[in-house]
Amino acid sequence: MAERKLTNWGNYPELISNVRSFDTTGMVEKLCIEEKHWIARGMGRCYGDASLGQNVLSTLKYNKVTFFDVQSGVIECQAGFTLDEVLQLAVPKGWFLPVTPGTKFVSLGGAVASDIHGKNHHKEGSFSRHTLNIKVLCGDGKIYECSRTENSDLFEATCGGMGLTGVILSVRFQLKKISTSYITQKQIKASNLDELIVLFEKYKEYTYSVAWVDCLARGKKFGRSILMLGEHSELDELKGSKTKAPLKVHSEAGLNIPFNFPSFVLNKYSIKLFNFAYYHKNLKKLQENIVHYDGFFYPLDNIRNWNRMYGKPGFLQYQFVLPLDQIDGLKVIMNRIAEKKQGSFLSVLKVFGAQNDLISFPEEGYTLALDFPITDSLLEFLDELDKIVEDCGGRIYLTKDARMNKDFFHKSYPRLEEFMQIVNKYNPNAEFKSVLSDRLSITK
Amino acid sequence: MRTVLLLGATSDIGQALADKYAKEGYTVWLAGRNTSHMQDIASDLKIRHEANVEYYKFEALDYASHQKFYSDLPGVPDITVCIFGYLGDQEKAEREWNVCQNILDTNYKGAVSILNLIANSYEEKSAGTIVGISSVAGDRGRQSNYFYGSAKAGFTVYLAGLRNRLFKCNVHVLTVKPGFVDTKMTEHLDLPAPLTAQPEKVATAIFKAVKKRKNTIYVLGIWRLIMTIITSIPEPIFKRLKL
Repeated sequence: MAERKLTNWGNYPELISNVRSFDTTGMVEKLCIEEKHWIARGMGRCYGDASLGQNVLSTLKYNKVTFFDVQSGVIECQAGFTLDEVLQLAVPKGWFLPVTPGTKFVSLGGAVASDIHGKNHHKEGSFSRHTLNIKVLCGDGKIYECSRTENSDLFEATCGGMGLTGVILSVRFQLKKISTSYITQKQIKASNLDELIVLFEKYKEYTYSVAWVDCLARGKKFGRSILMLGEHSELDELKGSKTKAPLKVHSEAGLNIPFNFPSFVLNKYSIKLFNFAYYHKNLKKLQENIVHYDGFFYPLDNIRNWNRMYGKPGFLQYQFVLPLDQIDGLKVIMNRIAEKKQGSFLSVLKVFGAQNDLISFPEEGYTLALDFPITDSLLEFLDELDKIVEDCGGRIYLTKDARMNKDFFHKSYPRLEEFMQIVNKYNPNAEFKSVLSDRLSITK
Repeated sequence: MRTVLLLGATSDIGQALADKYAKEGYTVWLAGRNTSHMQDIASDLKIRHEANVEYYKFEALDYASHQKFYSDLPGVPDITVCIFGYLGDQEKAEREWNVCQNILDTNYKGAVSILNLIANSYEEKSAGTIVGISSVAGDRGRQSNYFYGSAKAGFTVYLAGLRNRLFKCNVHVLTVKPGFVDTKMTEHLDLPAPLTAQPEKVATAIFKAVKKRKNTIYVLGIWRLIMTIITSIPEPIFKRLKL
């Protein structure tokens, strides 16, 4: 057996796993008969332990696009096909991802299993809203097709279900029509959190919105931030060289971080300095320009292996959502982070629109995501934050998680019982399970 | 439009070659056992590269079917790449004849049977390129894989002979010794990363070597060095080594 050391994007935790890949349904069916307790894994871009397990089924070789209608923008791909590849194919034809996270190096299987969300969540929802049909290999060894109308229970539990209903084999979804591959961007500086919240409300009609927040700033500058808004540019907005190739695709990453940085590189001073520079790089309060989608959506994709900046111990990304009326809770949490001087460079705040799916993370409210390098006191600190999130009626994104305790999880996902029943129906003997599903007692 | 025939198209190297040639604008004919798999590969290439792709069922071990398979193709391909192979289980093959036979037949007889036909048709046309994926395992017999290795050694010699025979009629024969490749066939092995090539790298190397009409290539240069050392160790010493 091929035993391999495996970690996901946060480099924490690390596990020795038996990793197998497949490129036909016959092959994956055979593997699932030979061995139990698999978890599917694509690009490993979830941060924590969601796609780690004793037996890991890599979908990366199962990566064909099997259908693409250029007229309607409907596309069907096998689970290992990545968003990067979708963009390369679709953008020149005038189509774009309906929903995209902050990296394009995500497999479609992973996109469904995490029910990814993006900067347009408040307007266009999460990925499942654009998903037409999914094929899943379930615990009984059969392949099921599911959609909102066919085997809808399986569909609902698979979107955001972290691979626990079975192996997601293929995904059919609706792309979004674009006239150019550029984004008309507006950046507005907010000198504190209250100002930012007002701005979010004022500009809620924008398709894309997200704010970078300086989580270390305190006092009057508490929550100073840059709100970034965007719309797909129309042809007549482009000027100069951009008009020659209005549907230009992204290019390959430039920089690479070749090794783990020593852990002293990131400390409260370097992060403070970065945040100061990042905030002040925009001299004007309001700045408008036209940028390529690659820079707008995927600024970090340009630095390959940026996760190595956090050094060998790795990092945790903490992302929670609080209901809209819990703005005070958000302040309490941000205050605790500023006090603790534990912020990261890219702390991202966004307002989610309404969503009430079975197990998907997004729900209407404020979501904040930040990275913390692993330190001795971090786990304890995050438990403390969990408590506040819990009291505010919020919850944590499983895709980013590697440490939440199961009681909090069970309390914070109101439809969990229903989800677990469906998992139990399609995956009754924990044929599919992960470190995460064991840790959170979703599977036995 | 130039045409490439890929024998063993569903292997990782086969898929990487199909992708490379389709991207370069060739018409690609996939040949293999698993038609539904080839159908997926074909639709992928058509969608991503807008390429001309067809697929044909081909069974390497059914020698009698080879003539019909080749005649049924819509034409004579400009390039034929023989990719299929079977690593097998060395230890099992030491005890079970059918396992051993399968290794020998797939890697040697199956390849020879189909390439004989193709060589003849290329000779007649005085044009064409035959690429055989052999192996560094064929450079010297070692206890860990000598069934596979000896079949590939035979295949290497066969290709050399073909090259010698067909040189005068302008037919190019390329022998490829990829070294370790990260594929489904080797996934269960713990391969050292610096010596292991990705299938895409193998495909690019083959594409270039065909253009340059090379005779034999090792995909990673280091393998030429390694195999030079391995083949130069005197047998009295070599037989004592655990390789």
